[in-house]
Amino acid sequence: MTSLVLPGDSIPLPSSSKSIVLGPGIAASTSRVQSGRSQDAPACIATRLGLLGSAKGKEKSEQYWVEGSSKRYIPAQKDMVLGTIIARHAEGYRVDLGSAQMASLEGLAFEGATKRSKPNLKVGTLVYARVSLANRDMEPEIECFDPNTGKAEGFGELKGGLMVTCSLQLCRKLLNPKFPVLPTLAASIPFEIAVGLNGRVWFKTETVSESIALKRIIEGVDSGHIKAEKEDVEQAVKEYLA
Amino acid sequence: MVREVDPPSIQKEFLLQALAEGKRLDGRITLEQREVNFVFGEELGCVECRLGKTAVLAQVSASIVKPRDDRPYEGFLLINSEIGPMASSVYESGRSSDDEILITRLLEKSIRRTEAIDREALCILAGEKVWQLRLTLHFLSDSGNLLDCASLAAMAALKHFRKPEVEVIGDEVIIHSPDERAPVPLAIHHTPLCLTFAYYENLPPILDPTHLESTLCSGTLTLTLNAQREICVLSKAGGTPLAASEIMGVVNVGVDRVREMVKHLEEALERDREGRVVEVR
Repeated sequence: MTSLVLPGDSIPLPSSSKSIVLGPGIAASTSRVQSGRSQDAPACIATRLGLLGSAKGKEKSEQYWVEGSSKRYIPAQKDMVLGTIIARHAEGYRVDLGSAQMASLEGLAFEGATKRSKPNLKVGTLVYARVSLANRDMEPEIECFDPNTGKAEGFGELKGGLMVTCSLQLCRKLLNPKFPVLPTLAASIPFEIAVGLNGRVWFKTETVSESIALKRIIEGVDSGHIKAEKEDVEQAVKEYLA
Repeated sequence: MVREVDPPSIQKEFLLQALAEGKRLDGRITLEQREVNFVFGEELGCVECRLGKTAVLAQVSASIVKPRDDRPYEGFLLINSEIGPMASSVYESGRSSDDEILITRLLEKSIRRTEAIDREALCILAGEKVWQLRLTLHFLSDSGNLLDCASLAAMAALKHFRKPEVEVIGDEVIIHSPDERAPVPLAIHHTPLCLTFAYYENLPPILDPTHLESTLCSGTLTLTLNAQREICVLSKAGGTPLAASEIMGVVNVGVDRVREMVKHLEEALERDREGRVVEVR
């Protein structure tokens, strides 16, 4: 079910008891609307123009978000992002996510970090992180560990490999397991990948030419030169690896 | 001025590793240019040139003015090139960065100072009336190597442009509208085009650097050449020093490239001319 929503439109949410996760583009309205019954329910409204997307999340919860076609990344809580460290200060680092504001990454927000032993990252390092705080008009904060487990779970410094930039829409699509591009690529090229929702994708392969092929395919799919179908991607892999 | 965020350090490592193997990130070989495309506008003298994802729109217009007293036979060619925030968010309108000044000056040198346009042919009535050509460049998208793209767009627009035919009877000047008489092309001596090479330490030079390649290189060299094997401008603003033999090497490559580009440009202009109806009665 996809439908177009405009900023201010109320989002039709199922009234079942299942838990609902609200993603970017949806906010709880400050005003309350009269639902069919007597009790007042907080309404959810869209905050941007786009298509309403939904997916089944963990533990039977249902996720909802608004799929816009914006070009500038707006940080949202729990997004996984790729950022470049641009400065370091006493308490932590300042990280560029490609958003309007720089994000701050605390020195303690790493797996097993204590006041005595903090990771030492240089300016220019690429990190994979999770947005832990994203309020409007406030500097976003990111962290390099899962707060539930305290483990790194793949977050942290990315060594080697190559980063490419692509549209925000493609990043979201790449994370969908049903999207055929990554599974098809994985069948012919072994690679490690980290997809950031801020329009950045990092990957690492054995050889340089494999990385270049991956970069060209991701950029080709993004610009529409290569169709996101299994056959087209397979053909492109053959062509670029030759 | 918003300074651009430097690319992550892994990008540089990867780029150098790939170049050491003779590969570039977009699948080109070292001395290969990105694909050049021309989009001709409805009006004569309006051309958009695309070099990969870099795009520059050039527009030529003409008006009649009084010449300078010391040069009564010469017309004018004004080049307007301001890089605005449309090209990239690092450019600010009203304030020009070092890159922008360099691009503007090199364009001026390679088009006006090389006398690509016969300015005396722009004279209508000595000391009284001459044509003033205005070449305006709009930088639409910056994906590296704006200069080469701009020089191609500028020359394409000048070759595409037609000025209205004028008739001089005694002291009277009659300007014929394009419906009345077919407008005439400009007198163009030669077609100087810019070629930019980027250098990295201990690696062979690469032609037509992309944005990432030019931010990470140790120096660039811009040559302005024409199809007659003449070096019009050679510009090397800073960067690592180069040996004379290295420069001669790229000049020889550049001459062939410029010939191909001029041929490509002529073909594109020819195709446009065939599809265009120039009204003549």
